[in-house]
Amino acid sequence: MKKLLLGNEAVARGLFEGGCRVASSYPGTPSTEVTECAATYDDIYSEWAPNEKVAMETALGASIAGARSFCGMKHVGLNVAADPLFTASYTGVNAGMVIVVADDPGMHSSQNEQDSRHYALASKTMMLEPADSAECLAFTKQAYALSERFDTPVILRLTTRIAHSRSLCELGEREDAGVLPYEKNIAKNVMMPAMAKGRHVVVEERVLKQTAWAESEAVDAEINKIEWHDKKIGVISAGACYQYAKEALGDKASYLKLGCVYPLPVELIRSFAAECETVYVLEELDDYIETHCRKHGIRVIGKEAFTLQGEYSQTLIEKVILGTQKPVLTVDVHVPGRPPVLCAGCPHRGLFYALKKIGVTVSGDIGCYTLGAMQPLGMIDTVICMGASVSALHGRNKADPAFSGKSVAVIGDSTFIHSGVTGLINIAYNQSNSVVIILDNSITGMTGHQQNPTTGLTIKGDPTSAVSLEKLAEAVGVHRVRVVDPYDLKECEDAIREELAVDAPSLIISRRPCALLKKVKHNPPLKVNPDKCRSCRMCMRIGCPAISFKDGKATIDFTQCVGCNVCRQLCKFDAIEG
Amino acid sequence: MNTKSIMIVGVGGQGTLLASRILGAALVSEGYDVKVSEVHGMSQRGGSVVTYVRYGDSVASPIIEKGEADLLLSFEQLEAARWLAYLKTDGNLIVNTQTIDPMTVISGADVYPDGVIDALRASGAGVTAIDALSLAVQAGSAKAVNVVLIGVLAAKTEIPKETWLNALRETVPPKFLEMNLKAFELGWSYKG
Repeated sequence: MKKLLLGNEAVARGLFEGGCRVASSYPGTPSTEVTECAATYDDIYSEWAPNEKVAMETALGASIAGARSFCGMKHVGLNVAADPLFTASYTGVNAGMVIVVADDPGMHSSQNEQDSRHYALASKTMMLEPADSAECLAFTKQAYALSERFDTPVILRLTTRIAHSRSLCELGEREDAGVLPYEKNIAKNVMMPAMAKGRHVVVEERVLKQTAWAESEAVDAEINKIEWHDKKIGVISAGACYQYAKEALGDKASYLKLGCVYPLPVELIRSFAAECETVYVLEELDDYIETHCRKHGIRVIGKEAFTLQGEYSQTLIEKVILGTQKPVLTVDVHVPGRPPVLCAGCPHRGLFYALKKIGVTVSGDIGCYTLGAMQPLGMIDTVICMGASVSALHGRNKADPAFSGKSVAVIGDSTFIHSGVTGLINIAYNQSNSVVIILDNSITGMTGHQQNPTTGLTIKGDPTSAVSLEKLAEAVGVHRVRVVDPYDLKECEDAIREELAVDAPSLIISRRPCALLKKVKHNPPLKVNPDKCRSCRMCMRIGCPAISFKDGKATIDFTQCVGCNVCRQLCKFDAIEG
Repeated sequence: MNTKSIMIVGVGGQGTLLASRILGAALVSEGYDVKVSEVHGMSQRGGSVVTYVRYGDSVASPIIEKGEADLLLSFEQLEAARWLAYLKTDGNLIVNTQTIDPMTVISGADVYPDGVIDALRASGAGVTAIDALSLAVQAGSAKAVNVVLIGVLAAKTEIPKETWLNALRETVPPKFLEMNLKAFELGWSYKG
């Protein structure tokens, strides 16, 4: 029976059918559901790791021990895991190892638009790229076979439109790969200079063998495939772009679809291009395939006609190649923008309002609370990458100690564990007078509620040990630690003012679970008493999506309000009632 | 059959993903090739959200572009206006008359426009406007807005009612099923 699966769910199914035994990942949109779904199969041991580096090392350890393994991450997560990746390419595997990296062209939920294919090229690690859910499933299974055959980890590259699109899949049975025997082999697995030199030779030989595979066997296996139609236009493409091209051009073009994007074939591309009048390379982000073609003297049209930024689409391809456009309707109203916002009842709101009242510089981080940068709160000055809030605050305070009393870092519980903790150690070790605020909402929020080492629950919801943030701070040498409730504006404001005034590193834990968590009980929605409302708009300063102004008075949307009472603390006229 | 395109748009948190899941399940059981494209992550936090649903004999692209949708289902007035250009010039729009102020309006930087429904009608699209929130409350929960709207959409397709009800049974948690079946019925029988 065919099932409609999300690309990510199909990858998880591929892991199951491919005999995966160990899966370790850190959540990151658009990759998260692969591991969430893998955890629903009892045959796969699954876990959330503290970060992508730990996840990849866990997967490699399992592979060397003899179990088929997996780790998944978003594109920026691969930066964190790049260290083990480059050396895993040298050690190779014992049992198969599959790495999923999900790129986000168009930045639906990311801080940059990097193209992970460069990692495959740079680390010389085989990379497959599926174009729908059926291929997500099939390629994941293929990846295990290829991993073991070529003694290499295999990366499966997804993009948002593949990871987060549902399409039909035929489900199969699990292949039980068992656990392969482990044999000690320091020439292969101990990467110090003498052995690594030997392994580099093996890696270069492997790339040649894989290239030969990409020219021939990959075509037989329909991983790289040619579809002949009209030869006036030839399209070389992979992943979602192949689907856009098919939609836009149909039988008006012939296609070379590359399911393996590292290593790329040479002769296959050359012979395809030779038969077509005009050849386009259709690829989102960088000119990766295009550069390969040019290097080998194959004439193609690529980025000069398209773009390095954002997503491609059937419309873009149709416009550039065929010069046609569809007619559109217009509506005669001004449409205000609707950016994402902190939810009604979000515990981050009260803390940000307290920061706004004090007027500090805020070193921000990656998570829902990044939205604190938006108006009317507007209380974040910098956002760089996971964990950077803490380390960058330290740098700021070292640049000029005068900043110390006027700057804080904000970071979520999961992000703190991911890579904020090392920054906190640096603050304690190198003694900067820094105030770090952990926004502890007891969950990994933005990616859709994943457990993490502070929550006391595993990926399957089973109880486990929980990191005590208080004790951890104390242990690394931060002795001023306090906990506040972000629903209590005065408590937050007082605590931040006090810690800014003290000449010592300090940690404030703003603790209150995410309002969207099922276990969180909501109060009845609040109401505005229009007779008491003086239209002062104080309640509007917290940027709650449940509060708006109608007919000159504040009003609260009962479908959104969770009765958090933060707005009530701002109203000087007691107009907001429970 | 040529590929047909349906877009579901709304505000993050309104339950558009569940609506697309019900629609996807119904289309699969009718034997179509189906692609449903969603956006997860940051934009879900109260932002403008969109789901693309495409079905036919063989579907290539998972996304819908301007001028391509046969049907646009909007959970909110302003979102209907935002995404109207994605409709074919002879396409149909179902719009929930509920309004949700975006933060740009709440913060005072912008104004929620008047007369959105009239402007939508004047665009040339076939417009069905419905107060789905009231019907959802009538069914038992404001959260059932999505299922009321799926009911309205369902009545405009060639897919039999029983298929929709089965899709609903597959998708909705059992303890909310009765309320959702009621919400679907209110949408299905809506004449507007």
